[in-house]
Amino acid sequence: MLKTTSRLVAWLSVPTLLLTSGHVLAEENGRSTVNMPQGVTSTSQDIYGLHMDIFWWCVGIGVVVFGVMFYSMIVHRKANGAKAANFHESTMLEIVWTVVPFLILILMAWPATKSLVKLYDTSESDVDIVITGYQWFWKYEYLDQGVSFFSRLSTPEEQIRNQAPKGDNYLLEVDEPLLIPTNKKVRFLVTSNDVIHSWWVPDLAVKRDAIPGYVNESWTYVNEPGTFRGVCAELCGKDHGFMPVVVKAVEEGEYNTWLADRRAQAEKEKELANKTFTFDELMVQGEQVYGKACAACHGANGEGGVGKAIAGSPIATGDLSGHLDIVINGSQVNPAMAAFRETLSEVDTAAVITYQRNAFGNSTGDAVQPIDILKFKQGN
Amino acid sequence: MAHGPAKGFTRWLYTTNHKDIGSMYLWFSFAMFLLGGVFALVIRAELFEPGLQIVEPGFFNQMTTMHGLVMVFGAVMPAFVGLANWMIPMMVGAPDMALPRMNNWSFWILPFAFAMMVATLFMEGGGPNFGWTFYAPLSTTYAPPSVTFFIFAVHIMGASSIMGSINIIATILNMRAPGMTLMKMPLFVWTWLITAYLLIAVMPVLAGVVTMMLMDIHFGTSFFDAAGGGDPVLFQHVFWFFGHPEVYIMILPAFGIVSAIIPTFARKPLFGYSSMVYATASIAFLSFIVWAHHMFTVGMPIAGELFFMYATMLIAVPTGVKVFNWVTTMFRGAMTFETPMLFSIAFVILFTIGGFSGLMLAIAPADFQYHDTYFVVAHFHYVLVPGAIFSITAGVYYWLPKWCGNMYNETMGKTQFWMAFIGLNLTFFPMHFVGLAGMQRRVPDYNQFFADFNMISSCGAFLFGAAQIMLLYNVISTIRGGKKATDEVWENPEGLEWTVASPAPYHTFSTPPAVK
Repeated sequence: MLKTTSRLVAWLSVPTLLLTSGHVLAEENGRSTVNMPQGVTSTSQDIYGLHMDIFWWCVGIGVVVFGVMFYSMIVHRKANGAKAANFHESTMLEIVWTVVPFLILILMAWPATKSLVKLYDTSESDVDIVITGYQWFWKYEYLDQGVSFFSRLSTPEEQIRNQAPKGDNYLLEVDEPLLIPTNKKVRFLVTSNDVIHSWWVPDLAVKRDAIPGYVNESWTYVNEPGTFRGVCAELCGKDHGFMPVVVKAVEEGEYNTWLADRRAQAEKEKELANKTFTFDELMVQGEQVYGKACAACHGANGEGGVGKAIAGSPIATGDLSGHLDIVINGSQVNPAMAAFRETLSEVDTAAVITYQRNAFGNSTGDAVQPIDILKFKQGN
Repeated sequence: MAHGPAKGFTRWLYTTNHKDIGSMYLWFSFAMFLLGGVFALVIRAELFEPGLQIVEPGFFNQMTTMHGLVMVFGAVMPAFVGLANWMIPMMVGAPDMALPRMNNWSFWILPFAFAMMVATLFMEGGGPNFGWTFYAPLSTTYAPPSVTFFIFAVHIMGASSIMGSINIIATILNMRAPGMTLMKMPLFVWTWLITAYLLIAVMPVLAGVVTMMLMDIHFGTSFFDAAGGGDPVLFQHVFWFFGHPEVYIMILPAFGIVSAIIPTFARKPLFGYSSMVYATASIAFLSFIVWAHHMFTVGMPIAGELFFMYATMLIAVPTGVKVFNWVTTMFRGAMTFETPMLFSIAFVILFTIGGFSGLMLAIAPADFQYHDTYFVVAHFHYVLVPGAIFSITAGVYYWLPKWCGNMYNETMGKTQFWMAFIGLNLTFFPMHFVGLAGMQRRVPDYNQFFADFNMISSCGAFLFGAAQIMLLYNVISTIRGGKKATDEVWENPEGLEWTVASPAPYHTFSTPPAVK
């Protein structure tokens, strides 16, 4: 008896020890590695509270149920000379263990309902931002502000391929974060351009599916400046794991300055579309754009991969309008070749097409200007 | 009268014998279990550390998809049908299944369905890569060309399941021995009867949704294409109207198995038999009205969110009743802990843990944080692996002596149990942590922040895999020899299956037994 009991105690203590040692290591940069973040908004803290409440209810019920179970397993074993009783029915007991859990459920449903009502109140927002999911990056558009941009993973390929040490924010960093002002109610209008994505930032407790044809609403209100990192939560194809979300909350003044800068920049880009570039300028910029937008599928040296090879490709060495068409409108037969009409500016498109037609051994000598792209887009 | 099985391969090809067909289902499902396990190990090997090491993201997605599809449709469901084939006629005192030729057909179309589905991995563009839930438009407009083969494979699996269910219902309702009233049936028969109705209700819905996909892909319709006036969210509603009952299809027969085993080894009758029957029926009913809890983040109106949250929470009540009844059955029994009992006790404990995380997921606001993270992966593996896999394993150890006439080796059985138990917990428990801390599902790579627990999970997965090889070894060596089993096998077990000889003769209950 003693032996079995001590064996059982030893056995039970293993998971407990694991858990406690887990808790010792549980904090990394102030974030728990074993639990949900409390987050920085009142809704995220509500949700954390709900999560912990229901967790402790479950622990309590577990202690009772497993307690009785382990008690019988230790005491009521044949090896200890236990004789089996023969009872097998009790209407009273059945009623009790139907009604008591039901009451506990009501206790849990009440605060959950209150939180949900609060989460669904997207009215009276100060800032409205349209978030559009693309395979595999995000577009942020500040409603009525004339500012919109794309936000892509900025972790270098060498880190993913284990050829360089991984940075702290590995896979959780972007070229351009979403900026929001502190102490303002920010409403997110979430949609998608292709498949279903899900925009999730744990610290804000915002997770909304981005669905083509739908505009889903959510909101947040951040008090203190900070950077909050999240991911796409819904499987959206090959690079689902590589389209993070970064939200930077800044003071209102800084936000307004940034917004004005972005607006000016957008104006400048529009002007650039009318400028004529030299062949070398286009090639330099084209190489950069190629690395960001094309290399993942078509290979760093145009050798092909998931996508067809660019080197010696009949499209990249053939008629220019066919080349413009596939880059701007995407492939009619292969959905993996996306349309870059919206995601690349006229300047970038002109540069990358020039680059593709004159790099990797292709030598058409063509220099495509932004204005050509603009005309092509308007004509199609 | 007492003629034996035919000789050679045609015995298996032409057989209409419920025992032969049951065995084929079980071997087939075990083969699929190992295949699905290999897919899982590819996933865990890639996730052993951060960075891309072994497979490319595109292939990784094919692995997660095929792992889910093969485990759900190839391993768990056929295994339960196999157990039903073997045990239901023997439990109700019938000579065979009611529709033996259909029984043969419903098995033999399965290998073709899975051959077709697995063949997609070798096709141009690769196999299905959109997750086992195949959300449109990722599975339609953006799918690889092999999706058409996947659709037809699902059609065939559905046909097989529906035929199997019709057979089971016909057998249970028409072929019980005189005196075997409904409320005297073993719980395994009851749970399968209810499961069979669930299958007949939802498999056509699955067939419908994949047919709509087929139409969208090849015939220019726009059921799920927003650009053509369709609705991607409609896909999810239809899919989960199938999908939620489906997850109970994979657990209800397990309840039946455990309800047979625990009383045997507690040497005490099952507590609350009739409440178990009613609880099973309630769970089956509730399973039809909770589907959208898989979709709390799609932007449903708040009234919808609240309805699905409340209905989902309600499931805890009948599920709780079941757990309380099992625990009370053990209470003041005279327990021994043979391998089937160990698996059954682990089932009750781990399934309850999975139920707790299920209750947490039911809370819609909290689900906004849990949804599509590893917390969900931990939850449904805690429900499905101890739920379905452990109960099937328990059933195999429990009934194997009756099937082949030999006792398995207890030491080997217990060793296998502990390997599986430790492996399972090492694999899936840390997933709760990484999920809560912010790791999303279905990704081939992750931040170093999640590295420690992922490495533990991966080690556990290989241990769990090794345990299944040991199960295979135990079963084969028991079939080939070992201590002869008595007709009763265990000490005073309840049920008609223990009144026939061990091994069970090729034909049993040619004349119906008398049931008191």
